[in-house]
Amino acid sequence: MKPRSDYELSWWRRLVRFVDGETLADVERRAEELRETNAQNQQMVDKEAEHVFEQEVKEDREDRKRRLEIEHEKEAKALLEKYKNWPKEHGVRIFGRLYAVMAVVLCVAIIATLLVTVSYLPEFGSPDNPNNNEVVEKYNAEGLYDTGATNNVAGMILDYRAFDTLGESHVLFVAAVCVMILLRLELTKDGKPTDKKRAAEENDRLYEPKNDKILQLSAKILVPIIIMYGIYVILNGHLSPGGGFSGGAIIGAGLILYVNAFGFKEATKIMNRKNYAVISVVPLLFYAVAKSYSFFTGANHIESIIPKGTPGAIISSGLILPLNICVGIVVACTMYHFYTLFRKGGM
Amino acid sequence: MDFIRNFPFICIVLCLATGVISSVLKPKAAKVVSVSLVSFCCVCSFCVLFYTISTGTSFTYMMGHFPAPWGNEIRAGVLEGVMASFFTVIMLLSLLGGEKYLKIDIEEPKQNLYFALINLLLSSLLALVYTNDLFTAYVFVEINTIAAGGLIMIRSNGHSMLAATKYMIMSLLGSGLLLIGITLQYDLTGHLLMSNIKESIGALAANGEYAVPLTVIIGLMSVGIAIKSALFPFHAWLPDAYGFSTASSAAILSSLVSKAYLFLLIKIMYRVIGTDVFWNSKITNVFFILGVAGMLFGSFSAIKEHDMRRMIAFSSVAQIGYIYMGFGFGTELGMVAAVFHILSHAATKSMLFVACRGLSEVSGDKKDFSDLKGSGFRNKMAGVAFSVGAFSMVGVPLFAGFISKLYLTSAALDTLSVKMVVAVIVLAVSTILNALYFIRAVISIYTPRNEHYRDPEFRPGKIFCIGMVCFIAINFVLGLASHPIINAIEQGLHMFS
Repeated sequence: MKPRSDYELSWWRRLVRFVDGETLADVERRAEELRETNAQNQQMVDKEAEHVFEQEVKEDREDRKRRLEIEHEKEAKALLEKYKNWPKEHGVRIFGRLYAVMAVVLCVAIIATLLVTVSYLPEFGSPDNPNNNEVVEKYNAEGLYDTGATNNVAGMILDYRAFDTLGESHVLFVAAVCVMILLRLELTKDGKPTDKKRAAEENDRLYEPKNDKILQLSAKILVPIIIMYGIYVILNGHLSPGGGFSGGAIIGAGLILYVNAFGFKEATKIMNRKNYAVISVVPLLFYAVAKSYSFFTGANHIESIIPKGTPGAIISSGLILPLNICVGIVVACTMYHFYTLFRKGGM
Repeated sequence: MDFIRNFPFICIVLCLATGVISSVLKPKAAKVVSVSLVSFCCVCSFCVLFYTISTGTSFTYMMGHFPAPWGNEIRAGVLEGVMASFFTVIMLLSLLGGEKYLKIDIEEPKQNLYFALINLLLSSLLALVYTNDLFTAYVFVEINTIAAGGLIMIRSNGHSMLAATKYMIMSLLGSGLLLIGITLQYDLTGHLLMSNIKESIGALAANGEYAVPLTVIIGLMSVGIAIKSALFPFHAWLPDAYGFSTASSAAILSSLVSKAYLFLLIKIMYRVIGTDVFWNSKITNVFFILGVAGMLFGSFSAIKEHDMRRMIAFSSVAQIGYIYMGFGFGTELGMVAAVFHILSHAATKSMLFVACRGLSEVSGDKKDFSDLKGSGFRNKMAGVAFSVGAFSMVGVPLFAGFISKLYLTSAALDTLSVKMVVAVIVLAVSTILNALYFIRAVISIYTPRNEHYRDPEFRPGKIFCIGMVCFIAINFVLGLASHPIINAIEQGLHMFS
């Protein structure tokens, strides 16, 4: 058993020593010595303890530091994440709102500007307007004589300003070409439908109304009337309001009604790819050739051989009637073709 | 009347008619028709150019039996001749250079439609160049817009569909603004013929009548055309449209379609509004500021890009900025410089697009910088053409770009105002930026890497080589023999007013 560290200094121990025969001074000296060594020991122990304590504190501090660092890092990472995600989570929303607001402001500004501008324009319908000039005067006074068309608008677009209308009909054509690029499903080289095309047709057949009696009966009555009316509008284009564009649209509507009622099987007997190519290309070419002739003779001051006829008769006004027919055919075909393209990717 | 005067009309109508015919031909036949048509128009345009230079006057051509304010009319002067011949040459070369890639990029049964669109587009370009009537111009702007949309879309992948949609939305907005402008001016003047409008507007401006509508008209027309030609803040449609369409389409769109609108704007300045009224309105300052901004921001966007095609597309934004800066000076010299830059940029950009496609062909059909490394060694012809284009864009002497930058700088120094300082500084900065991305591109295509793409059998096609050599030759002609061209431009602008 180990004695306590202060055992040597205790009264009991001194008494024992005294009893054993040591002198009192000796005992005192020894106690003094012991006290000193004890103090030294204590110091050492204290130092050690202090050292240990310092070590511990240091470690603890480092640990805390590390923990803090990790925490900081975590916070920074979260912040970065937040910052990175900000555009996705909030930025887009704020930008979208700002964008919408700015768009509205811009639109309102443009509308306001245009409205203000309109209020500064010459009064509508006033006789001394600047656009009441020699151009309009001649159209009104000599239009009938110049073009032979009682419908002044037809005379203007198909004779006076035929070049613009030639361009305009090609606008329609180029639009048709673009829709074909976008929607036409091709046949393979030996003329058989590809899988995509077959699927589209299958799909089309599934949703096509089969033998809808009411639709068929009304189509039977309506389609001839619609097409006849369209032809009337085209043929009378130079005599009364109407013409190729409007008449063609009416005929196109009639054809679409027919397809809806009787299905593509019936319709493709007349309107298949080959016929469509001929029907749409020939009128446009005729248009270009006929108008080139008239441009060429006009510019080179050669007398045109095309007679104007008696104004008011159905066959009159030179090229306007054939051109109206051409435009009408092109418009009708284009409308019908658009319908087939949208429905099953071509005829 | 000399027979040559019929040539512009014959070219336009022939383009329309062959466009219609090509839509039902076999692809090969359509290609033959299209190429021979473009060559024919090219010859005709050069005839018109030499005719107008030799006679020293412009001529009008009556479209039909009725003289001008009643019927339609087209007009040809020296500048029209220059533009028409230049457009047809560039179109021919773009078609030849990108011909091989059309077969790869476009489904076979639709290739004839591509050529139909090309013919119709050419008709609209020629009509926009020759027109003397504002409404005719609008009709052909419509054809131009739709045909250009088709040229982007015909590649039929997701990117090009999106690009075409963007293009259509922005471009139709531009057309709409232009149309509103035309209708408003018709209400004020009652004319659609350019010379008559100019007369009436001159009188109105002199009397100070209708000042507000006049300003709005100028603004609407200018902004409409600026949107369509991708001036800086309206360029959102451009990088996709040029970056994802087939090579010929990108070349034609960047060098012809946007340039035709710029030419229309010049016509509006000189022949519709009149330079005095136009330059006195503050719109030139707007052009100047937006042009300068475009020069910087286009280049910054190009530097950030790692897709070569889109980088070239963004550089277009910067180059359009140069042209509008030239317009913005509001002086004769600035206009000459701008017109010359139209030519030099058109010649260079189309070459770059086609050459870039040639480079990506030997890099596994990819267009990233890392994939294109070393492609200059694999397709030598395309590499040389690309380098020539890049040097021209940066403005190295001997090449076309140098001359246009020279003229732009001298036009800037001539203005003697704040514009001068800004323009010279921005020209310098933007040249450095151009060099940053174009020289980087050249270095990267001549860094020997990517040996796995090497195909010892590969030879660039003969037609491709011919096209590229012609492109390089045009670049050198513009760079070395610019004087007669500048003279012709000056003469043409003089005829305008």
